[in-house]
Amino acid sequence: MHIPDGFLATPVWATLDVAAAPAVGYIVRRAQRGFDEARVPLLGVMGAFVFAAQTINFPVGIGTSGHLVGGALLACALGPAAAGVAMCAILAIQALVFQDGGVLALGANIVNMAILGVFAGYLPFHLWGGGRWRRPAIFAAGTLSVLVSALAALAELLISGVKMPSAVLGMTLALFLVSAVLEGAITLAVIEALEAIQPGFIGKPAAGRPLARRAAGLAAVLLAAIGVWFASTAPDGVQKLAQKAGISQAAAFFWTPLAGYQAAFAGSLWLRKAIAGLAGLALIYGVCLWIGRATRARSV
Amino acid sequence: MHHVVLERWSRGASALHRRDPRAKLGALVVFLVVAATAHRALPALAAALLALLSAAVISAGIPLAGALGRAALVLPFTAVFGGACWLAGDPARGLALVLKSYLSALAVLLVVSTTSLPALLRGLETAGAPRYLLMVAQFLYRYLFVISEEAQHMSKAAASRGATFRGLAARARFRGAAGALAVLFARSYGRAEDIHRAMLARGFPGHFRTLDTLHFGRGDAVFLALASFAPVVARAAVERFARWPA
Amino acid sequence: MARLIDVRNLRFRYEDGAAALNGVDFRLEEGEAVALFGANGSGKTTFVMHLNGLLAGEGSVEVCGLAVDRQTIPAIRRKIGLVFQDSESQLFMPTVLEDVAFGPLNLGMSSEQAAARAHAALATVGMAAAASRAPYHLSAGEKKRVAIAGILAMDPEILVLDEPTTFLDPPGQRALAGLLADLPQAKILVTHNIPFALATCNRAVFFQGGVIAAEGSVEEMVSRFGWDFTPDPSKLNRRQRA
Repeated sequence: MHIPDGFLATPVWATLDVAAAPAVGYIVRRAQRGFDEARVPLLGVMGAFVFAAQTINFPVGIGTSGHLVGGALLACALGPAAAGVAMCAILAIQALVFQDGGVLALGANIVNMAILGVFAGYLPFHLWGGGRWRRPAIFAAGTLSVLVSALAALAELLISGVKMPSAVLGMTLALFLVSAVLEGAITLAVIEALEAIQPGFIGKPAAGRPLARRAAGLAAVLLAAIGVWFASTAPDGVQKLAQKAGISQAAAFFWTPLAGYQAAFAGSLWLRKAIAGLAGLALIYGVCLWIGRATRARSV
Repeated sequence: MHHVVLERWSRGASALHRRDPRAKLGALVVFLVVAATAHRALPALAAALLALLSAAVISAGIPLAGALGRAALVLPFTAVFGGACWLAGDPARGLALVLKSYLSALAVLLVVSTTSLPALLRGLETAGAPRYLLMVAQFLYRYLFVISEEAQHMSKAAASRGATFRGLAARARFRGAAGALAVLFARSYGRAEDIHRAMLARGFPGHFRTLDTLHFGRGDAVFLALASFAPVVARAAVERFARWPA
Repeated sequence: MARLIDVRNLRFRYEDGAAALNGVDFRLEEGEAVALFGANGSGKTTFVMHLNGLLAGEGSVEVCGLAVDRQTIPAIRRKIGLVFQDSESQLFMPTVLEDVAFGPLNLGMSSEQAAARAHAALATVGMAAAASRAPYHLSAGEKKRVAIAGILAMDPEILVLDEPTTFLDPPGQRALAGLLADLPQAKILVTHNIPFALATCNRAVFFQGGVIAAEGSVEEMVSRFGWDFTPDPSKLNRRQRA
C-alpha cells in the first residue's frame, strides 16, 4: 500500500522522513560493502523485474487476481540490504513517475516497505531457509513482508487521524491478510520454479551464530506480537494511542522552536505561518542531510 | 503507457523545461508542504492551487486535459479512504484527503513531465540523496522498458497456452504464472550480468563517473523564489479572505 | 605490419566442467579484418571474451605486446573495443551522449573532454543528432551505431564485434558494412552472415570444438565447410505452388 501525499499528518510524515534518512544510508552502505558500485546494474535490473512482474497476474479464485509485491523474493535472492536498496529505488520511481505514493510520504513508504517489509521478509528465510523448514520459511517470508508493511501503513494512517468505521477497518485487515498469504504463495511458487530451472540459484542461508539467531527470532516474535496486538485492538487502541502520544502535542513540539519568531511578524498571521513552515522544512532537510553525511563519513 | 507519455512530454522546450531540476524540486517540495499542512478553507485553497498548477501546465505546453486526467490515477485509491472517513462521520477530512492527494500528484506530474528522469535524479544527488540509490534508480528506469516488454511477451505467450483451460485449472494457471516469473527473473539476472560485462569492457573502475550536465543559473534562482512564493501567497490569501472556515 | 594480437594454446573450461576452448592459436596483424565462423557453441564468443580479460584461461594472450593479466587489463581494455551482440545490454546509460562518454570518463578524462570525445565519435558513426535521446527509443541499427561510437570514443586499436548483424534488417546490415569499411582499426567479427563477412573481412578462421580448425579467405572457408545456405529453387517453387 503506497501512501499518497496529503494522507499523513505533518508530524508523522516528517518523523518518518527523518527516520528513513539514516536507515537508507545504512542499507546503502551494507549493499555496497565489498562490491563498490559493481552491483548497481544488478539491483537496478532486478528492481525493473519487480516492476514488470506486477503486470503478470496470479489467479486467486472468484474471478480476481493478484500480483507479486516482491520484497521477500528480492530479500531471499539478493540479501536484505541489496533488496532494501532495490525496493527504495522502486518506491522512488513509483512516486516520481507513476504518481503511486507521495513524495513527502516517501520516507513513510520506504520505512514500511523497503525497511520493515524487507526485514520481515528476510527473517524467516534467514532463520529456517537452510534446512527442513525451507518451504514454510519462504512462504512465511512473503506473508510476513506484506503483512508488516500493510499494518505499518495502516497504523500511520490511523495515527494521522484518517477515520474508518470498524466494519471498513475489519474488511481492510481481512484484505491485508489475503494479499499477505497470496504474496507468500507467489514467492514460494516463483522460488521453486527458479530452482527447477537453475538449481542452487537462491542460496541457502548459513546457520547463524546462536546469539544472532536468538536475537533475530526475538525480533520476529516482537514484530508478530505488535501486528497481532494492533489487529486486535484497532481501531480503539490506535486512537487511544494517538491521543496518548498526543498528535496535538507532537505538532506543538514540532512548531515550538519557531514560536519565538512569531513576535517579529505580529499581526500578520499568514506570513508567520509561511515562514514557520519553510523554516520547519529547512530544518527537516538539514537533519536528513546531516544524518546522511554523518553515516557516510563514519563508513569511510 | 503512463511513463512513456511523461517521457515524451519531458522532451518539450518550454521555459519550465529548461529550468535546473533542483529549482523545480525545491519549488515542488514547498508546494507539497503548503498543500499537506493546509487545514482551513480547503475547497477555496484547492481551487487556487489547481489554477496555479494548471497555468504552469499550460505554459509548459503540456495538454491540460491529459495532465489532469493522469494525475487522477491517485483518485481510486484516495476515494476509498475518503469514503471511509465520510462513513466514519468526518466528511470534511475525507474531502481533504482527496483534494490534497490529487493536487500533490498533479504537482509531481508537472515536475516529471517537464524534466527528464536522469536530470531529476542528478538533481536529487546534488541535493544530498545517496548517489548509489539514485544510480540503482537510473538503471531501474532504463531497463524498465526492456524488462516490461519481455514480461508482456511472456504473459501473451502464457495466455495463448492457458486460454484453453480458463476457469478450470486456477492451480495450473498459478503455477504457469510462477514459471513465467521465474524465467523472467533468471533472464533479468542474466541481463544484469551482460550489462556488468559491457561496463567492464569499457574500463569501469568500480564506481560511476558522470557528465556534469547541471548549471544552476540566475534564472533558476529567480524561478525557485517565485515558484516557492506562489503557493505560500495563495494559501495565505485564501486563509485570510475566504468566507467559509472549514 | 605490427602484430596486434597473439594467442597461443589458449584453453578454457567453464565452472560446470564443459570445455570451451581446447588450445586456440590466433594472430591479428594491423589493418586486418578477420571473420570468426563456426557453429553455435564452438567457442567463438568465449574466445573473444579472453581478448580483454573478461575471461581468463590457460595459455598466453598478448594484445599490442602486453600479456593479458590483472595489471595490464586497464591498458588492454582501452586498446581493444568489444561490441556485444545485444545493444540493449551495452547501452546502459540513460542518454546516448552519457553512454558514449562512459568509456572516456573511465579513462579519467574531464567532463568537457569526455563530452567532446563522445560528440566526435557520434559524428563518426552518423549519430550526432541523437546525442540527447534515450537509447531505448532508437532503432536496432541506430543502437548498434551508438554502441560502436561508445567503443570508438575510447580510441581503440582493435574492434571486436560479436554477431553485429543479429537484429539488423538488410539495409541496416549494408549501412553497418559501409561504416566498418570506413573505420581504420583492425577488426574481428564473430558472425554467421556470409555476405556481411565478404563485404567487411579479408580473412576468416573456422572454430570447431573449441579450436581453430582452419583459416583462409572468407570464400575458402565458406566452400570448405559448406557454411552458407541457399534455398533449393525447385523446392522453393513447389512450396509456392502449393
